[in-house]
Amino acid sequence: MAHAVTRLPDAQLAPMLAAYEAAVRERRRHSFIAAAVVTVCIALAAWMGEVKPGVLFANAGRLTTYFASIVPTLRWDSLGADLAEWYWNLDHWLKLLLDTILIAYLGTLIGGIGAFFLCFLACANLVRSRIIRLAARRYLEFCRTVPELVFALLFVVAFGLGPMPGVLALAIHTMGALGKLFAEVVENIDMNPVEGAIAAGASWPKMVRFAVVPQVTSNFASYGLLRFEINVREASIMGFVGAGGIGQDLVEAIRKFYYSDVSAILLLIIAAVMIIDLVTEQVRHRLLGVGGGR
Amino acid sequence: MSRARITLDAEARARLAAAYPEALAPSPAQRLRMIAIVAALAGMAMFGFWRLDFNLDRIGSGLVQLGHFLTLMIPPDPGTQLPLYIHALGETLAIAFLGTLLGALVAFPFGFLAAKNVIPNIFAHFAVRRLLDTVRGVDRLIWALIFVTVVGLGPFAGILAIATASFAELGKLFSEAVEALDRKPVEGIVSTGGSEVEAVRFGMLPQVLPVLASQLLYYFESNARQSTIVGIVGAGGLGLHLAEQIRVLEWQKVSFLILMMLVMVAVIDFISSRLRFSIIGKTRLEP
Repeated sequence: MAHAVTRLPDAQLAPMLAAYEAAVRERRRHSFIAAAVVTVCIALAAWMGEVKPGVLFANAGRLTTYFASIVPTLRWDSLGADLAEWYWNLDHWLKLLLDTILIAYLGTLIGGIGAFFLCFLACANLVRSRIIRLAARRYLEFCRTVPELVFALLFVVAFGLGPMPGVLALAIHTMGALGKLFAEVVENIDMNPVEGAIAAGASWPKMVRFAVVPQVTSNFASYGLLRFEINVREASIMGFVGAGGIGQDLVEAIRKFYYSDVSAILLLIIAAVMIIDLVTEQVRHRLLGVGGGR
Repeated sequence: MSRARITLDAEARARLAAAYPEALAPSPAQRLRMIAIVAALAGMAMFGFWRLDFNLDRIGSGLVQLGHFLTLMIPPDPGTQLPLYIHALGETLAIAFLGTLLGALVAFPFGFLAAKNVIPNIFAHFAVRRLLDTVRGVDRLIWALIFVTVVGLGPFAGILAIATASFAELGKLFSEAVEALDRKPVEGIVSTGGSEVEAVRFGMLPQVLPVLASQLLYYFESNARQSTIVGIVGAGGLGLHLAEQIRVLEWQKVSFLILMMLVMVAVIDFISSRLRFSIIGKTRLEP
């Protein structure tokens, strides 16, 4: 099947072509300016960040040898013994891994409960008073902007070494992060039940309980699970500053060049994170499916 | 304005309850499930508190300590170290910027490799996805520690750590963006005789570039937060000074450093949200 392409006369075509050229030139100019700005930024940042590609190339060999040396020696004929040697401290590490997951769980739970009570105060559709709303928002913002590890450092000094400061640090950061997400969910609810509850004479807490909470629980639970996943990863590094979990052993292994221990612990963490990812993903799909989603 | 209240007598209540049983009381099975879930959550929390030995004495004395520190933090004061801190701030920005950019550059081809509609081979797709998952399972602070042992102390290790972590996360996001795109422009190009590479260049790139750019900016924001902490393991930036000042209990400097961090993050958020809006228009972004 052949199509006949109609060609406009040149006189009509010329202004269109000129307009097209001009548009392309304009876009090229914009891209050029953007590229120049980015290049200048890169140069500045490279100077500030003491980037020495030479060092990287000189040490690139070290990077590969590092990864080569953390790979354990496993021989086929003595596989069992080699594996046992690689994971010589498995009991201890599994206990620490359990601690890590518990730190993440408690941090998520406490932070989630805090976020639950605060998020309703930060919503424009439920709270009239600007002052309360702004105060709640700023507080949540502060909680999520300061990194967990900074809170952990502070709490380790105040509460002493151990998993407790880790849990509290995760809880505060989680409260900030979840509070924002929760507030967004609440701002998108259907307002009819709220009006109904108020019209029937419900007080503010009763209105929230009976008109808002039933609409948002499944989304809240889904976000909570997502945060739990992230927190497991975060909890694995809390030990870097003495706040409990498997990080303590990992940092020791890396600093003291116990090569096979590094890979053993890293693999344990990766496996735990992957399993938790898979499980929470299943649960989240079911939650959003059953709860009707948004 | 007085409100009229409708009060139901006992008979009307009973009639309504009989007519709409599910509205007044959830079914026993549902209620049982609810109780079981709450009990399981609470039980696990109790086990956690017991295992991680929480006790009220420690919490109480810790809170008193914390309150004391807070009073010592006011007013924030850098002392004589302001130039040093400004330099560290520059390092932090450099780590976030170069780390994000480098990570994105490496993630870009991987985004296409890990997308089902570009590479139909299931094994290649699976291998790339698992590689990204493995790198993502390791926190950026662990990468920082590893890179410190490889390239030495300093911000360069931080850049590499942020780049590695961003690479895995952005690679996954990019591949999802590529998988979600519209097939029609690609088919159009193939049907007019374009090659595979041309199909990617003219059919896919124009669709995914704005999405990628906005994700990139989003990651820059989040990396600006993260790059403040890689210093804790010696990879440059504000974190190094922060950890040091907390260790020597110089609370005024600590609060000044935290303030610097907050201001930096607020400024970056502002700039990048403006840029994002100008790239993708005023629509709501799903992070």
